[in-house]
Order: sequence, then C-alpha cells, then structure tokens
Amino acid sequence: MKRPTLGWWYTTTGGARSRRVWVTVGGIALALAFPIIDGFLGLGWEAKAVPIALFIILALGLNVVVGFAGLLDLGYAAFFAIGAYSMAFLTSPQSPIPWVAQGNQVNFFLAMFISAGVAAVFGVILGAPTLRLRGDYLAIVTLGFGEIVPLVIKNTPEVTKGTQGMNPIGYPQIPGVVFGASPIPWYYLIVAVLLLSVVITSRLRISRIGRAWAAMREDEVAAASMGINLVTTKLFAFSLGASFSGFAGTIWASYLQVIAPEQFRFDVSIFVLVMIILGGLGNIGGVIAGGLILGGIDRILFDWISGIVHGVGSAINNDDLRLMDVSRSRQLIFGIALVFMMLVRPEGLFPSARRKAELHAAEELGEPAAEQERAILVEVEE
Amino acid sequence: MLGTFACLTTLTLLGFGTEVGTTSTPWWALGLALLAAMIFCGLLNVLAERVAYRPLRRAPRLAPLISAIGVSFIFVNIGLFWQGPTPRRFPDLLPQYDFMSQFFGLHTLVRFTFKDLFVLALAIPLMLGLAWVIRNTRMGKAMRAVAQDTEMSLQMGIDVNRVISFTFLLGGVLAGAASLMYGLYNNNTVFTLGFDAGLKAFTAAVLGGIGNVSGAALGGFVLGLLSALTVTYFGGQWENVGVFSLLVIILVFKPTGLLGQALGDRA
Repeated sequence: MKRPTLGWWYTTTGGARSRRVWVTVGGIALALAFPIIDGFLGLGWEAKAVPIALFIILALGLNVVVGFAGLLDLGYAAFFAIGAYSMAFLTSPQSPIPWVAQGNQVNFFLAMFISAGVAAVFGVILGAPTLRLRGDYLAIVTLGFGEIVPLVIKNTPEVTKGTQGMNPIGYPQIPGVVFGASPIPWYYLIVAVLLLSVVITSRLRISRIGRAWAAMREDEVAAASMGINLVTTKLFAFSLGASFSGFAGTIWASYLQVIAPEQFRFDVSIFVLVMIILGGLGNIGGVIAGGLILGGIDRILFDWISGIVHGVGSAINNDDLRLMDVSRSRQLIFGIALVFMMLVRPEGLFPSARRKAELHAAEELGEPAAEQERAILVEVEE
Repeated sequence: MLGTFACLTTLTLLGFGTEVGTTSTPWWALGLALLAAMIFCGLLNVLAERVAYRPLRRAPRLAPLISAIGVSFIFVNIGLFWQGPTPRRFPDLLPQYDFMSQFFGLHTLVRFTFKDLFVLALAIPLMLGLAWVIRNTRMGKAMRAVAQDTEMSLQMGIDVNRVISFTFLLGGVLAGAASLMYGLYNNNTVFTLGFDAGLKAFTAAVLGGIGNVSGAALGGFVLGLLSALTVTYFGGQWENVGVFSLLVIILVFKPTGLLGQALGDRA
C-alpha cells in the first residue's frame, strides 16, 4: 500500500522491504522452533530463554518511552514491580484482598490484563507530575520513582509481605498444557506476548501518535506549535510503556512463583535501558537484537565464562579463581558498554535511520545543533 | 564512595586504619587523608569529564546522560573491587566529646558532639570558599557565563573546555572533602554509598535552586532536617521514600527551587 504523505520515512520499498519481510518471518520461525532446536542440539537453554524473552518485552515497552517519545525513564522497573504485585494480589492466597485470599483467585489471563491496566494507571500517575520536566530532571525524577516503589513495597509488609515476598502466585490454566516446572509452555506464552508487543509497537510507530512522539522528541516547542497535545502524547507514551512492563511483570511473577521487592531494583531499569541503547533506540528489530545479545551475555556467556574460570581454578588449585563470581563484574561491563556506545555509536548497533540522522545532525550541519536548540528553548520559556 | 575509600586507604597506609575510639586524634593523618581524597576525587572527576562527557558536548541531551550512568556504574565497580562487597568500618578517630554535658554541664537529650563540630568546621569554610570562587574570581565568572550560554561565552574568548574541567575538578574536590566527613561521622562505608549520596546531593541542589550556592546549602539543610524527621516519626526504612518524594514534589510545584531563578530548559 502506498501512503501519500510522510511515507518516505516509515515505508521501505524494493529490496529493503523484502529483506525486512524475510528477517521478520525468519525471526518468528526461529523463535517458535527454538525449543526444538535447543532440544536437538542439547544446549539446555530453554530455562534461560524465558527470562531473555521476557526482558525483550520490557525492552520493547521502554523503547516506546525512550526511543519513540524521547523521555528518558530510569525507573522503569517500578512498573515491572507494580505488574508483578498486582498479579500476586489478584491470584495469590497471600493476597491482602480478603476475597482473593479466601480462595477466589482471579483467572490468570484476566489478572494479566487487569495488572497491565493497573501498571498503565500508575504510568499516568507517575507521568503526570513529570510533564513539565526535561532531560536530566526527568531522568532523576523517574529514578526517584524507581527507588520509591520497591521501598514502599518493602516497608509495608502487612500488605505485600515485605522482604519475605509473596508466594505462591497463580499460573495460567489452558486445557492440555501444564504450566509448571517445564519452561517450554512459559516460553511459548512469552513469545506470544512478545509477538503481540512487536505488532502493537510497530503499528503505533507509524500511526498518528507515533509521528507525534517523533515530533515531540525532536523539538517539543515546534511540535506543540504544530498542534500536538504534549500532555496526552507524553502520558500515552508513559502509560503504554508501563502497561508493557506490567504485562511482563505478571508473567515473571507467575513464572517465578515468588516475588520480592529486591527483584525490581535500579539494576533492572538500567539493564533494560542498556538493551535498547545497545540495539538501537527507536528501532524494534534493533531493540530485540540488543535484548538477545545482552540477555545472552548475561544468562549464557557469564555462566560459561565462570564455568571455565572455576575449572581453571580447580585445575591449578587457586581458590581465588575457583570461587570468583564473574557476574559480579556485570555492572562494570554494562557501564563500559554504555560509555563506549555513547562515544562510538550513540545510535546503537542497529539504529533506525531517523534516529541516526538525529544523533548525527550536529556533525552534518557543522553547527552545535543541540546547543542551538537549547538556546531557543531558553528564549521561548523566558 | 570512592572518596571514603581513598580516605580509608590513606589512613590504613598511615597506620590508623583500625583505630577505634582513640584518645589522641592524629590530626596530621586526617589532614593527609582529606588532601588525598580531595585530590583523588577531583582528578577522577576531571578524567571522567575528559573521557565520557567532553566528546559528547555537542551530542543530543540523552547521550551525556546515558554516558554518565555508565561512568557511575564503572565507579561503583572500582569500589567493589577496591574494598569488597561488604560494608567497611571507618576508623573512629575524633575525640569523644559532648559539648552539651561536658562543656556546658547540661544533661539533655540533645547532644552536640565533637563530630558535629568537626563537620561544621570543615563544611562552612568550604561553602564560603566555593561561594567566593564563583562570585569573585575570573574562573567563577567564566563558569557562570558558560552555564548561561556556552556558545556566547566561546565567542567572548572563554576557554569553555578549561572552565568545564575546572568545574568538574571543583565538584570532585568537594565530594572528596565530604567523604572524609561522612566517614568520620558515620564510621562506615560501603561501595553502594555513592548512589544514595548522589541522589541526595542532587535533591538538595534542586531544592535550593540549581546554580545557587547558598540555595544548595539551604537545600541540604532542609533535606537533612526532613530526613531526620522522617527517620524519627516513620522509621529509618522510610528515609529515602521521604527524600525522593520531596524531590518529586519540588520539581513538580517549584522547579526553580527555594532560592533559584528561572533557568529555562533545565526544568
């Protein structure tokens, strides 16, 4: 289908288009066949694939907020926690809601949507006060929210069981499928949600609201003067991102069967942020790739390396090596990756063309565009 | 956090690493530790600016911010490898002296110990010094100019890179001094200390009004009072909730802070 206006930046044609179709089809096929391939090769990675796929859902949601709308959110894990705890409240026998605690557990799928809705509402509640903020200030406030939510959960044990955590949590019931210790049903559930997320976000990106996000990201003042309602546009980005996070939270809670506030700290927000930055802000394929790479490094490569290090340690009888915890350097590696990416390739490994153009605008113009933009903003606001 | 580690390492090297409740305070060692921490933090900050922020000066806003998060992760991990994951004891080297009971002969619940005096005696001159540097020196003037309009100050012949380096040096030096105070006052340190401290420092600065030294001092004072009251009335576990809520509330209702002037796109 040919779109008459603005088509030039979101529709690809010819070879690029068919390549994209093949990558998409191939990716879906690979995702669906993964457990079979895994079983065939005997890798035993199914249990690792579940959290990786789940974090990709989170990354897709954060990509809406940071990549599409350009609002740096450092407290994204808060919505993950809210989704997970809503699920626990609706389905756990330990729920503070008496009706649920008496054994009337809400159906998993219903609870999933309710929880995502709750997370979205919180997205609006937390987003509303930040509407006037920009840049560093927005980042710090969202970071503050990200700290407050786990702290409140931790400090109200009468409602949330505090650090002890809530357990057990309801799980999905589909006739003929057992959601238990085997990760495979979980994997397919998550992949289904993941595919749905990809469809939703990619359709949104090229919709009216998606274009409004892009306009707002590039220049708020210009966007507002073109008739974009900044308040609803921003809030929609926040609530949508939050609902994705909430969805992921519900599945995570149900998969682990126990949730505690410590699982939703700042590290999680940063981990997801690094994923989308590494992959390419604003580009859905890039975000998925970033998630796969980082998830792979975190869950598979680190285990593999520590296995080797421990093996070498045992062989040469060195206790330091034998007991060394390689994943402790995880943060260090992320930190270096963040700085390095920003210096060398700020648009990520697989950038969206538009984003790339934005990030390199200054160089091409030979003018400090960002500084100029800043100066203009100062004038307008004063 | 790294500042407290620098102090701790210096004190350990000087042989005071494990002293607890000593009767005679080794002032020269504390002075050296202070100097070491200030130099170390100052240089580290300058280095970070050089490597991670300067190349991004013309990049969009998000880039330096993300790079800053990366730097903070790297610093935290340096701390982790330096002193290990468990909290470390910081030697208690100041005299145990309570002015209220021992000097005024008042036996009250309120205590004013030597530690409190030490923090005041170090912090107030530093604040006055900073205010003086910013208000009266050439460098301070240049700093304010750069903050207001980088491009314009460049055209006025200000070496922007040098000014920004100096600003980072100053910030690091003050953080180093604060770390000695923190260590001697609380007698412990841990590698994750800086995250909290950084957020609180930011909250205090925003509360007072960014770009305003007396405002920052006032902001720090109000913040300290608020966190103390939160701890007393709601318990220690609510402290950070109170602090961050305050941050959110100020930014929402008065983004310019208590004493700040409008700063355009900053908030």
